[in-house]
Amino acid sequence: MASETTTAGLAYGKRSLVRGMPGHHIAIFIGFLVVAAVAPFLLYPVFVMKVLCFALFACALNLLLGFGGLLSFGHAAYFGSASYITAHAAKVWGLTPELAILSGTAVAAFLGVVFGSLAIRRQGIYFAMVTLAFGQMIYFFALQAEFTGGEDGIQAVPRGHLLGLLDLRADFTLYWVVLAIVFFGLLIIYRVIHSPFGQVLKAIRENEPRAVSLGYRTSQYKLAVFVLSATMAGLAGSTKALVFQLASLTDVHWTMSGEVVLMTLLGGMGTIFGPIVGATVIVAMQNYLASFGAWVTIIQGVIFVIAVLLFREGIIGVLARRLRKPL
Amino acid sequence: MAEDAILSAKGITKEFKGFVAVDNVDLTVRRGTIHALIGPNGAGKTTCFNLLTKFLQPTRGEITYKGQDITRMAPADIARLGLVRSFQISAVFPNLTALENIRVALQRERGDSFDFWRSQTVLNSLNERAEELLGQVGLSGFADVHAAELPYGRKRALEIATTLALDPEMLLLDEPMAGMGQEDVERTSALIKGVSANRTILMVEHNLSVVSSLSDTITVLARGRVLAEGDYQAVSKDPRVIEAYIGAAHG
Repeated sequence: MASETTTAGLAYGKRSLVRGMPGHHIAIFIGFLVVAAVAPFLLYPVFVMKVLCFALFACALNLLLGFGGLLSFGHAAYFGSASYITAHAAKVWGLTPELAILSGTAVAAFLGVVFGSLAIRRQGIYFAMVTLAFGQMIYFFALQAEFTGGEDGIQAVPRGHLLGLLDLRADFTLYWVVLAIVFFGLLIIYRVIHSPFGQVLKAIRENEPRAVSLGYRTSQYKLAVFVLSATMAGLAGSTKALVFQLASLTDVHWTMSGEVVLMTLLGGMGTIFGPIVGATVIVAMQNYLASFGAWVTIIQGVIFVIAVLLFREGIIGVLARRLRKPL
Repeated sequence: MAEDAILSAKGITKEFKGFVAVDNVDLTVRRGTIHALIGPNGAGKTTCFNLLTKFLQPTRGEITYKGQDITRMAPADIARLGLVRSFQISAVFPNLTALENIRVALQRERGDSFDFWRSQTVLNSLNERAEELLGQVGLSGFADVHAAELPYGRKRALEIATTLALDPEMLLLDEPMAGMGQEDVERTSALIKGVSANRTILMVEHNLSVVSSLSDTITVLARGRVLAEGDYQAVSKDPRVIEAYIGAAHG
């Protein structure tokens, strides 16, 4: 394992993002890019972009849940706030898309600092409840505030020109930009998991008192991962606002927080690629089963029950155990 | 006497809603010794232990380590002063490999590890030391095994190696022999004896034969108070100690 890691790293140069990445992970990332490059020609590009945004959102939650051991039940707060800010920045302030996305992401990061520093004082179910409460506060704010447009949301958000040059109105042009953003986000999350910081994080997840006794101030690490996760969730929300040209109450609703937990669990919590698979399955179901109306929720529920009963480690979790390789 | 004390507690008391678990305990651990804390069930040993390692905050009293008042310090900061504890239930990181377990401790010498943008390959420079520590506790060849898959005695050995990775000046061991078979007890005894060179050890332990063979000083607690203190010979003949143990067995 160790030798495989070093050779893969050396082949790509010392400072590269893939340094230390095992061969099969590089292969999966390349496979992901290939599939993502072909997908918009076979499927509706906006649908694929939706999958990509939710994949990033689920991976962001998984960073906190699967590697930090912290279940946030209010991640819609960061996804949705970023979505609103990006929509407002692009539509009202007339910012270019990259600046609009950065503003949304920055606000999500800021909220992550504020809410995270309060939430990490509690553990387990209480932590989940505190995050849910903050999520509800953001929902209420979005419902009441002037700029969010209440029930209507912010509609007809202009996609604008990237860096003032590239016209993003065409779905296909936007697609490559979204793919680049999401892929970059996924690589960042991958690196966080496989960094010295990630190593301490896993230790805290496994046995917090022991990590404390080794001299780690664990609450600082928990806050750091909370903020990183909120920031990445924000990046996903901001990007989504440009894709759909819409920010709405759905983005900040607690069901959104629940859905992303579902995606993570279905794909495999604590795996690297599981949330991508989970997000794909859930978004595809919502899309292709839409004709069943309210039955979608029931079908989703049944699938979730089956998943929890038969493969608790999630789709990729089971696969990783079979292959005896971290996926 | 006072100048070679490394850890001392004065009048430490812990009350839980009207119940006094530890009552006005004075304890002095001399540098370079193995000091055991014993007593019948419910004597307050573990509470006392948690107070000294700051996992619990005393209601009253004062704790000093190397002349520094540590009464109000956070547990992680105590560890940074070189006062490192172990746990009753073997405290390993189950889903990390044995090597990674030790590396988490070795990582401490880098300071804080908030560098989330750096590849973990920077930690490979610690591998050699980690292997060495594994060898010291008889775990060479287990480097890539997940801690969860190790048998109990080996988990405890891994835990000791992880603690040693911090090169602590003082070790606090909470029932290091709990749940062990005779063979493991002997191996761990030898291990503790080995690591006690140049270090101070305070341990809570039930196994009296271990206590008698290892410790220089023994403090006996009963009902939250210090009952007796001295070497094994003195303590084992003390009528109050005999009464507390036999009384507890009958009660």
